[in-house]
Amino acid sequence: MKDKHSHSRLIVEKVSHGFGAVSVLADLNLVVRLDEVVVLVGPSGCGKTTLLNLLSGHIEPASGSIQREGIIRSVYQQDGLFPWLTVSENISIGLRSIADMKQRKHELLELLQLIHMEDFANHYPHQLSGGMRQRVELARVLAGDSDILLMDEPFSALDYQARHRMRRELNRLLEKRPRTVVFVTHDIEEAAQLADRVLVLSKRPATICRELKISARRPRDLTDPAVIEAMAEILKELGLNTSDGIDT
Amino acid sequence: MVKANVLRFTLPIVVVIGVVFLWYFVSYINLFPAYALPSPLDVLKSFREELMAGRLVNDIIASLWRVAVGYVIAAVLGIPIGLWLGQHLIARQAFVPMLNFFRFLSPLAWIPFAILWFHIGDKPAIFLIFMATFFPLALATLVAVASIPSIYFRVAQDYHYKGIELLTKVTFPAVLPQVITALRVSYGIAWVVIVAAEMVGCQDGLGYGIWEARNGLRLDSAVCYMIVIGVLGMGIDRLLAQLTILPGVRWGYER
Repeated sequence: MKDKHSHSRLIVEKVSHGFGAVSVLADLNLVVRLDEVVVLVGPSGCGKTTLLNLLSGHIEPASGSIQREGIIRSVYQQDGLFPWLTVSENISIGLRSIADMKQRKHELLELLQLIHMEDFANHYPHQLSGGMRQRVELARVLAGDSDILLMDEPFSALDYQARHRMRRELNRLLEKRPRTVVFVTHDIEEAAQLADRVLVLSKRPATICRELKISARRPRDLTDPAVIEAMAEILKELGLNTSDGIDT
Repeated sequence: MVKANVLRFTLPIVVVIGVVFLWYFVSYINLFPAYALPSPLDVLKSFREELMAGRLVNDIIASLWRVAVGYVIAAVLGIPIGLWLGQHLIARQAFVPMLNFFRFLSPLAWIPFAILWFHIGDKPAIFLIFMATFFPLALATLVAVASIPSIYFRVAQDYHYKGIELLTKVTFPAVLPQVITALRVSYGIAWVVIVAAEMVGCQDGLGYGIWEARNGLRLDSAVCYMIVIGVLGMGIDRLLAQLTILPGVRWGYER
């Protein structure tokens, strides 16, 4: 399998951004290293999605600089697949840069096997469950020569159990095809199970108010002490820790 | 399940037989004079007569040809123009009121112009079909393009779709289900308009046939033409409906 990508990096320097009078991000610094999984959590509306849009280059920062090295792909909350294309055709979009048709076909087959969806190659997205659709999205962003994955609450539209399975799936896929990942979520379990590093963002204007490294090996069980500890830390940082005495 | 399918096919036939029977009954009791309401048997006879004379077939071909030409020109121009306008906000703001104005103008209002500009023959009828179908097609396509979820364009940008490729591989397939629906609706309009269009400025065609029958007080022949128009209209709509079962557009009808 040809899957080399030795030069992916994201560097955010003193980035501030706003919409009109509303300041969304203030003086944000962030370096994402090769094959690192960084998870951003924060109160809703704090600017997580804005940060992803800045990282992907869909919007330009008002001030500061962003350096991107490598090919960036995004996974969206839902319906990022083209409904008029089959599973195979949707994944093939990610293989567009491969000129050799034989190699492209080979890669496609490998990706279908990777997400265990060989039997659904010719199905259309509307014929699949939400979880299956997101698996196809993952195959599409992992295809070809991508380096950096930006994921904007990719599993938030799924039910609890499907979300659980998708986390396992993502861990498994990243083990086989390591990528640099920036993952936005409001699901604290997700953050604690997936991240090498969790960044807790403050309320608007957002800045990083806590950095939490989780060194336990993935995949991590929900009951893993490292996961439980990380969840407690994140909850506390977000002011959601009940033992801190809201209900005394 | 089997019973439901049997009913689906037999019930419409029962209704048709019922209507014919009612028609027969009304003409039998002479509610209207015979020249004002031909009986089913008279119509059957006139059917044979028209077929033997070859007029009916000739008229069918003439009408189908006019509708096909006017409709295809309207689609070939209207759909691309709708695609273009849908993507350009300023152009859309500029042209939509005018398109809407013409859409609400009955194509029959153009009849005097059609005759003065194109005289007699196929051309005025084709022009009227074009005027009847171009505006609804262009508008429906434009609205469909303007309402494409922005996520498709985000994804397209992520994978470097640009220019003509963006248009043919993203924009067009994204609106295709709605365009097919618009094609069916505007075909319905075309088929209604052709009858009126052929009543003036034509020497043949299904509309002309009805006009001729009226002039000769041959309402049996008129009814015969009416039946042909209705059946042909339904048949061609069934053909167009086949487009909706193409695998690449099913998503648009199943959500």
